[in-house]
Parts: sequence; structure tokens; C-alpha cells
Amino acid sequence: MSEAVIEFRDFSFRYRAQKEPTIKNINLRINQGEKVLIVGPSGSGKSTLAHCLNGLVPFAFPGEITGEYSINGQNPRKLGIFGLNKMVGTVLQDTDGQFIGLTVAEDIAFALENDCVEQEELFKRVEEAAEQVSVKELLGNSPRELSGGQKQRVSMAGVMVDDVDILLFDEPLANLDPATGKRAIALIDEIHKKRKSTIIIIEHRLEDVLYKDVDRIILINNGMIVGDMKPDELLSTDLLVNNGIREPLYLAAIRHSGAKICAEQCPQHIETMKLDDVSETVKKWFHEVSIPEKPVSNDVQLEIKDISFSYTSKKKVLSDISFKINKGEMLSIVGKNGAGKSTLANLICGFLEPDAGQILFEGTDLSSWSIKEHGEHIGYVMQNPNQMISKPMIFDEVALGLVVRGVPEDEIKERVYKVLKICGLYQFRNWPVSALSFGQKKRLTIASILVLDPEVIILDEPTAGQDYKHYTEIMEFLKELNEASGITIIMITHDMHLMLEYTHRAIVIADGNKLTDDTPANVLTNEAAADKAYLKKTSLYDLALKCGIDDPSEFVERFIWFENQERGNG
Amino acid sequence: MSRVLSYVEKDTWIHRLSGVTKLVFFLLWSVTSMITYDTRVLLVMLVFSLWIFKASKTSWKQVGSVFKFIMFFLFLNVLAIYVFSPDQGVKIYGTKHVLAHLAGNYDITKEQIFYELNVVLKYFTVIPAVLMFIVTTDPSEFAASLNKIGVSYYIGYSVAIALRYIPDVQDDYAKIKRAQEARGIEMSKKAKFMDRIKSTAAILFPLIFSSMDRIDVVSNAMQLRGFGKNKSRTWYSAKPLKRNDRLTLAFTVIFCAAALIITFTNGGRFFNPFT
Repeated sequence: MSEAVIEFRDFSFRYRAQKEPTIKNINLRINQGEKVLIVGPSGSGKSTLAHCLNGLVPFAFPGEITGEYSINGQNPRKLGIFGLNKMVGTVLQDTDGQFIGLTVAEDIAFALENDCVEQEELFKRVEEAAEQVSVKELLGNSPRELSGGQKQRVSMAGVMVDDVDILLFDEPLANLDPATGKRAIALIDEIHKKRKSTIIIIEHRLEDVLYKDVDRIILINNGMIVGDMKPDELLSTDLLVNNGIREPLYLAAIRHSGAKICAEQCPQHIETMKLDDVSETVKKWFHEVSIPEKPVSNDVQLEIKDISFSYTSKKKVLSDISFKINKGEMLSIVGKNGAGKSTLANLICGFLEPDAGQILFEGTDLSSWSIKEHGEHIGYVMQNPNQMISKPMIFDEVALGLVVRGVPEDEIKERVYKVLKICGLYQFRNWPVSALSFGQKKRLTIASILVLDPEVIILDEPTAGQDYKHYTEIMEFLKELNEASGITIIMITHDMHLMLEYTHRAIVIADGNKLTDDTPANVLTNEAAADKAYLKKTSLYDLALKCGIDDPSEFVERFIWFENQERGNG
Repeated sequence: MSRVLSYVEKDTWIHRLSGVTKLVFFLLWSVTSMITYDTRVLLVMLVFSLWIFKASKTSWKQVGSVFKFIMFFLFLNVLAIYVFSPDQGVKIYGTKHVLAHLAGNYDITKEQIFYELNVVLKYFTVIPAVLMFIVTTDPSEFAASLNKIGVSYYIGYSVAIALRYIPDVQDDYAKIKRAQEARGIEMSKKAKFMDRIKSTAAILFPLIFSSMDRIDVVSNAMQLRGFGKNKSRTWYSAKPLKRNDRLTLAFTVIFCAAALIITFTNGGRFFNPFT
């Protein structure tokens, strides 16, 4: 048995401001060189556990510790946060916020500078670290010139430069598009193999992390460890689903078909999973499910005609984009980070003016409308609700748009109440905004837009950083909204689950061009398109092929429909 | 986003100088210019300043808007001096040559004009040096320089980190502003002044909150990588002093000393052409 680097014995932690402990009686041992994935829904305590390892708990976030824990055989409480830094390197989830230096080189050097390493040595070690994550050509670049994936690589170099032997990744996939996330996972795997470091990954996007092998998965919920086993074993139980973690889609499909999953099938990767006993059942299920036709409206609401745009004269951000959106559609605009999808949304909302082309709303050219007029027909909901909320009270926040338009007070009250009811916030109407959870704040920002009665709303990454439960909550709400009021909903996203499950059409933007405009199932089963848009083909596609189903796209459609039905039935 | 008054990488001997050298030059130069009213010294300094500015290959675009801003203040300053002490020149130089009489005790005298001319000259000897310093010094190197001359690295680093995040906060501001405009908050000149002040609050409130989130992340990230562990730290971007640095420093010290000696051997801070 190899040496334990991390050990928790009957360990609990309670934040100073809280009554209940966030981590309860944990027993955990992680050995030298292991690669461990810690999963759990939001608020399960997984981040707190990570903070215990890197010293933010209790040194930056004070509280009460009971029980024992040790890292490399030493007591973290005696080591202090700086002592722990020497052993545990942390890569945080915010790729942008943790970039401290003005250039890549300085950011990588940061930890060494604080250790008073001489300049010559700095140059040498920074170069070595940059090489390991292939950002050597970028050493002189500023953070604004880097993509999210590159920034994350720089962060990795910044902790590896210090020769730490435990690497901790706190939600490494949160801000990345699927293809970049896949590469990040591959890089972590490479580092693990080369450096023989102990790797701990905290994530709730299980399927994406499992792209490369992990030794063990630790499942946390309510501050307790509810599962600590090998991936193949855990995946064959129903522990994940019961604890609010989404299992890989191919496994969900197999389960829906009624087939059993067991560890002997090696369910960790669809590519190598043994499907002999299940393929027939899956195939049979595929033929049994049929999707009823859904009526589609043919009234064009929004028409984008040959739109081009560039920020500076040099490089076009968007070129010759055209498409039509019908009334009551729920569609997604997808593509990698920086592909131009946010710019497109800004153009539709009138925040930016196109260099060429037209945007028509119900046949009217929008170019002469002010931003305010745009806002009355096309509402825009930002990704981060904290960037939208400007009033301390919930009622006032929703009323804001009406107040500035001089709507009479009685009418304001009536309209705000109505919208609050729709958004399930009516009981909080007299509360301060600060009492709401993140998901409720999101709904509040949607309410503050809906109150203006727009015909279209555009949401920028509506579910970014949300776990499965909150994701479902927000998306089910939007779906109901769309079905009940017929409002057109456009979502800008790189979440493949979202586009697959909640939109019936995806417009794919890559490098400023419209790549495809098709059903999400088709997009995600088309390898070439998915690659170009930095998406990832869905594992359902592989499952379908391995089970001998000749129409994988239809298989995906049926699976999604079936899941939605199941969800609808509770 | 506009990049007014920020460091731009260019290859000139001034850019190659260490930040310490430029900082010392800039400080001594400004102090000298502040002390002396000797027109001859100021004129020599002006010529030097302009030459240095030219040698740094700074383009008008980089500094133009700031320059205009400074000019505006210079104008206010000159005007204010005249309004509040129209006889300052007469007091200093001891003679009174009236060119024109305006009203009350407001005369236009040769002495006053000469005095204010010196004030303008002082501005012009310092402005190119300031602008040159800002656009040719890498901010992180500046932080390193501050630390080298004895300022705590916490201060140096907060300057650098502010520069790092200012563009991000500007982006946030633009994003928030648009979203609020779409909700109907008028920010253009159409709205009344008081309304615009109120609307600004609607942008600042969310901006402050999202910036607080940012500060949280940054300070955690910095702690996790050992910031504040030791009394001192080293700097990746520090430049060692080279031959040119030593020459520049020597020149600066000699020049400023000489300038002050010349100024004070005249018997005061002022050069008097009227006697």
C-alpha cells in the first residue's frame, strides 16, 4: 500500500457565521500519486473540503474544526496557508480572476517571486513550466490576449512552477467550452502521468471529467461522503442520480431502456464499455419510443440579414450572418468562447450597430431604434445576475423598467405582481434582494425583463456554473414560460446538455461565420460540425452506433424526449 | 477600449532604461522644476524635456487627450493666479511696468506676464517628463522599481494589480450600462442632469458588487500563491541597472544640482530681467 498524502479522521468544519457544520464527520484517505475526482451538488461541501486542503479554511475563512487531518503527515493548522502552498497547488475555477500578472510570464512567476527566488532562476523555471503546458510562445502576452483555455493553462503553470506534489483543481471546466474542457482534462491527465503528482479534481460535470481515467470518485452530499469507490463501481449504482449528480448520458439511456449496468461492463468510457448484454434492449427501446409531432409557428419574428461586424477595422468578428427566428421558438446560439455569439446578441439587442446588413423585427428594420426601444421588444438577461440587479428591494428591482417609463403606480404594482407570480417570487415581493439564492436572483433578473412585456428574450449562458438541480430548475422555468406565453427565447450557450434538452434548433457560430443551423441532435452527432464549433459530439452518438442503431441523431432525439417526459412526471 | 496613457512597448534607449532610473529622473526633475523660477534654467530644461519626449517616440494619439486636459488646468491655474494676486509679479521683481489698466487694482504689468510665463514654462518642463515616464515604463517594472527604492511591495503591487484589472472593470461597466439602458435607463444627454446622476447609481451599484466578487477571487488567488509570505520579494520584470542607467542617473543628479546652484546664486528662486 502506498503512502497516504491526505488523511481526514472524523473531521468536521463549521464556518464561523453558520450554525451547522458544512463538513460532517469525514473519513478520507488519499494516497501519493492518486487521481481522485470529488463530485457533489452545489452546497454539498465539496468546495469547503477543497479549501481545507489549500488552507483557505481556516486561514481565510475562519471557523471551527473538530477531528484530525493531515497533509503529508503534517498538521495543516500548524503549517499555515503559506506552508500548505508549498505542498498543495490550487487552480481556481475563475480563469480570468485568478490571473494576477500583467503578462503570462509574470503570472507564472508569481509564486516564485513571493519566495524571493533570484531573477535568473525565475526566467529558467518559468520557461520550463510554460513548456509543460505549451504556452511558451505566449509568455509576453497580456491576459486580454488569451482565451479561457489558455488562461487556465497559465494558471496550471503558475502552480506547477512551485514543485508542489498535490494539485487541486476547483471546477476546472466551469468556464470552458466543451472542446476546450476536454483538452484541459487531457492536459491534467498528462501532468498526472508525467509528474506522478497527486491530483484532486472537484467538479460536478462528471461525464466530461471521465473522458480520462480517474482512480477513484468521492461523492459528497450534505457535508458527508456518500460514496468512495472506483468509477466503474460508482457508475453502476444509482448513488449519483440520487445525490443530484448527472450521470453520463449514455448510462442514462441504457438505464431508461431497462437494461442493467454493472462494474464488469467497465462503464467509465463509452468507447471501451462492454455493451453485449445491453445493446439489444437499447435497440428495442429505441424502436418503441416515438415522438409526437409538435406544431411549429411559421410567423417570422426576427430576421437577421447578412450581418457583418468588426470592432476594429482589421478583423471581422461576424461576417454575413443570416437566419430567421419564428415566433415562440426556443433556440440556442452555440459556438466556442470568443466565436462571436455574444457580439451577435449585442447586435440583436441594439447595443452595437452592424457594419453591414439588417435586423428585422416583425418586418421592421431596427436600425433606427434606440437601445431603450429595443429593450421593449427584445429583452436581454446577462449571465451574471449580480451585474444586473441595481435595487436593494425585490419589488423595486422588477419595477425599475416601468418606473423610468413613467407607468402609473397602480399599473406598475399590478404588472410587477403578475410577473413575480409567473417567476415564483411573489412570496418574496417585500424582501431584500440579498435574501435570494443565486438561482432566485437569476429568476429575478428574468422577471425584471419580462415586466416590460418583450416578445423575445435573449439569455446569455443562463445556466453557467449551475449544478444539475439548479440547471433543471432554471431551464424548466424557461420552458414553461415559453410554452405558456409563447415568448421567443434565444439562449447563448456552450452547454451541450442545454442545447440538446431544451432547444429544438441550434445556430452554430464558428470564427464569425454561421456554420450550421440544424437540430441540436444533428449538430452533436456530426463530428465535423461539432469539432469546428468546439463542441463535443455526444456520447449518445457512440452508444447508438455501438448498439447498431443506424440513425444516431434520431436516437438522441428520442432519448431527450423521453427524459423530458420523465422529468415532467417528476 | 481606448488605450490612452498606458504603457506601450517600443524599442528606444528610454524604454530600455530601468524603471528605477526613470523614476529617479522623473522625481528629481519635477522637484527641480518646482523649486526654480530661473527662466534660463527652465528654458534649458524645456529643451531637454522636449528632446527626451521625442526620443521616446511617443505618438500624439497616446497622450493627446491627457495633454489637452492638462492644458485646461494650466489655463485655469494661470487665470486664477491673475485673479487672486494680480500684483504677484510686481512683488517678486520689485518694479512695476504697467502695460494696460483693466479695472480696480487689476493692471496688466510686464512683471506679472513674465511671472506667469515662468509658471507656464514649469508646466511644460514637467509634462513631457511625466507623459514619457508613464508611456515608457512597464507597470510591473514600475512596481519593482518602487520596491527597489524602498517602498513596500504591497504598494507597488497594488498599483500593478489595479492596472491589471482596470480594463476588466471597464468592460463590466460597458456591459452593465448597456443592459440597464435596455431596461430603459436613459444615459444619453437627452436625460436631465439629475436623472443621469440617479441612473449612474443604477450602474455603479451592480458594478461595485461584481467588483467585490472579483476582489475576493484575486485576494484568495494571491494568498494561495504565497503573496505576503516574506518581507521582500523578487520581481520577474525587474531590470538591472546598466551602463546607460548609471549615465542617466549621474547626469540627472549633476544637472539638477547645477540647476539649483545657478538658481540660488542669483540670490533667490527668481531670475530678474527688470533690474
